[in-house]
Amino acid sequence: MLSFAERQPSGRAAYWLIILPAAAMLLLIYLVPLADVLLTSVTDPKPGFGNFAMLFTSSSVQRALLTTLRIAAITTAVALLLGYLVAYAMRAASSRTQRFMLFCVLLPFWISVLVRSFAWLTLLRGSGPVNNALMAMGLIHEPLALVRNETGVLIGMIHVMLPYAILTLYANMRGIDVGLVAAARSLGASRLQAFRMVFLPLTRPGLIGAGTLVFILSLGFYVTPALLGGGKVLMIAEYVAVQINDTLRWGLGTMLATTLMIAVLGALWALSRVVDVKRLFGA
Amino acid sequence: MSAKPLVRFIDVSKSYDGKTDAVRTLNLDVQTGEFLTLLGPSGSGKTTTLTMLAGFEQPSSGRIFVGDEDVTTVPVDKRGIGMVFQNYALFPNMTVGENIGFPLRVRGLARPAIGEKVARALAMVRLEGLADRRTQQLSGGQQQRVAVARALVFEPRLVLLDEPLGALDRQLREQMQYELKQLHRRLGVTMVYVTHDQVEAMTMSDRVAVFSAGLLRQVAEPRRLYEEPESLFVAQFLGESNALAATIAQRDGAQCKAVLPTGEIIVAAAVGACATGGEADLVLRPEKVALGAAAQTCTNRFPARVVEATFLGDQLRVRLTTLGREDFVIKLPNAAGQGAIEPGSAVEIGWRAEDCRALVR
Repeated sequence: MLSFAERQPSGRAAYWLIILPAAAMLLLIYLVPLADVLLTSVTDPKPGFGNFAMLFTSSSVQRALLTTLRIAAITTAVALLLGYLVAYAMRAASSRTQRFMLFCVLLPFWISVLVRSFAWLTLLRGSGPVNNALMAMGLIHEPLALVRNETGVLIGMIHVMLPYAILTLYANMRGIDVGLVAAARSLGASRLQAFRMVFLPLTRPGLIGAGTLVFILSLGFYVTPALLGGGKVLMIAEYVAVQINDTLRWGLGTMLATTLMIAVLGALWALSRVVDVKRLFGA
Repeated sequence: MSAKPLVRFIDVSKSYDGKTDAVRTLNLDVQTGEFLTLLGPSGSGKTTTLTMLAGFEQPSSGRIFVGDEDVTTVPVDKRGIGMVFQNYALFPNMTVGENIGFPLRVRGLARPAIGEKVARALAMVRLEGLADRRTQQLSGGQQQRVAVARALVFEPRLVLLDEPLGALDRQLREQMQYELKQLHRRLGVTMVYVTHDQVEAMTMSDRVAVFSAGLLRQVAEPRRLYEEPESLFVAQFLGESNALAATIAQRDGAQCKAVLPTGEIIVAAAVGACATGGEADLVLRPEKVALGAAAQTCTNRFPARVVEATFLGDQLRVRLTTLGREDFVIKLPNAAGQGAIEPGSAVEIGWRAEDCRALVR
């Protein structure tokens, strides 16, 4: 009979064999096209970095980049603020309420982004329930332009991003000993001081993690800005789609896609310098 | 102890669910400058009492005074009481020095004054030079010292300690007990200490308050608590006791004659409301019982049979069958010239009337 140690190598090989199809498929449908994208960005229409030069010369590319950065930044800031409040409330709640709140936070994940965007479109349009209610209350006299502009895009994106912010912050806050805040209070700190000097600094890794996550995801948004922006808010992802589907400038499209990828990897690298990324995302 | 107490609990009750009392009608004074230990098993109400004094919980009824001030509804940060927690509760986002300086910072002290006081507090707990360390880099004992320094640095008149040594190993624990006691003597600060460890309570305290099931059973100096327990619970919680159920046949001032169910009559010290005809528990410390010739002069003498004798180094623990019991325990000092005690042998045991206490059941 074989000993355990002797059987191990063949067992190991069997494991590799089992994941081989998945690895091959990943290679074929993910890495090969990705390599093609990278290659196209420096070969089409002619070899060289001509496409990347457009980052510095084309005003429409720069405008799309700036719009993307601005929207991602505002989305991140608002999602962090709202997410912090919800995560803080969840942590303070009884375990039963906590479960219910978690359920409510996860609920939007089951609904397609497409459906949610159309729902916002209906809610926020000129004669939609939100404007009607505000006018009925006499708070406004003219319908507010809440959709088919940057405001609409922000509302939709913050809605999609909030669960990511909440869950990341909540995971971080759960790891903080409640006794520390109590200790701060017993040593003479007011509620505000205990929060500012003890709790808030301890949630810094959570804030950085949630912020980076939301920012990165926001950079690549396509459906929400396309629908809620009404064609007026052009973010990078939609810009890429236009280049490839309509104007057929593959070189420009793939260059922007490459730029986006580098930006995301750069942000993740920067994050990894500050916090333990694996632990942050529960890996 | 005639001076005005620093802390007064007046008829304090606390119920978390509205049905059962975690603490019931507690009346307790803490004298200025004393080291008082709240001792009891878990769920006895000792921690709830400390929590109410700290201000984390409010009593359901009754009042708490610190000095002349009624602090019953004063929020925790306005009480000016230092506190040391079981898990140390050091702030991981701050260095050792920042941790100790925290109470001063929230009180708005100037930076130089804080630095000076922190340095002095560090020296006090013998952690000089560690101000810039992260708290995670310290050993358990060092972390505990930081927690103590942090609770003392703002010079509170009252410091509460909630099982502060529970997480330390035995040797370190004994050393920290000694150091805490030294600090208490040197600073003259009033300390209220919670523990479930009776030896710790005995070694450290000026007085011990024994709790069980939400009730304060007895407050006294350690020696008095051990020698003169006022209830069966205290007698058995602190050290070891033989307890015999009996009926009081006759009370005569400080003494009484009690009859056992087996018919023997024992002369004992009558405690409290122990009256003729009443039911009582006779409690007797194992080391107060004499054996053989030494028993001759005792008021109470009975025959017994040795079940087993265990050698414990400095003493001999002997289990006997006597007075209808099979678990009667006596402890004999390992004195010079003492012969062997064989299991199965018949012996005579005896004790003085005043060493056996008749407690109302």
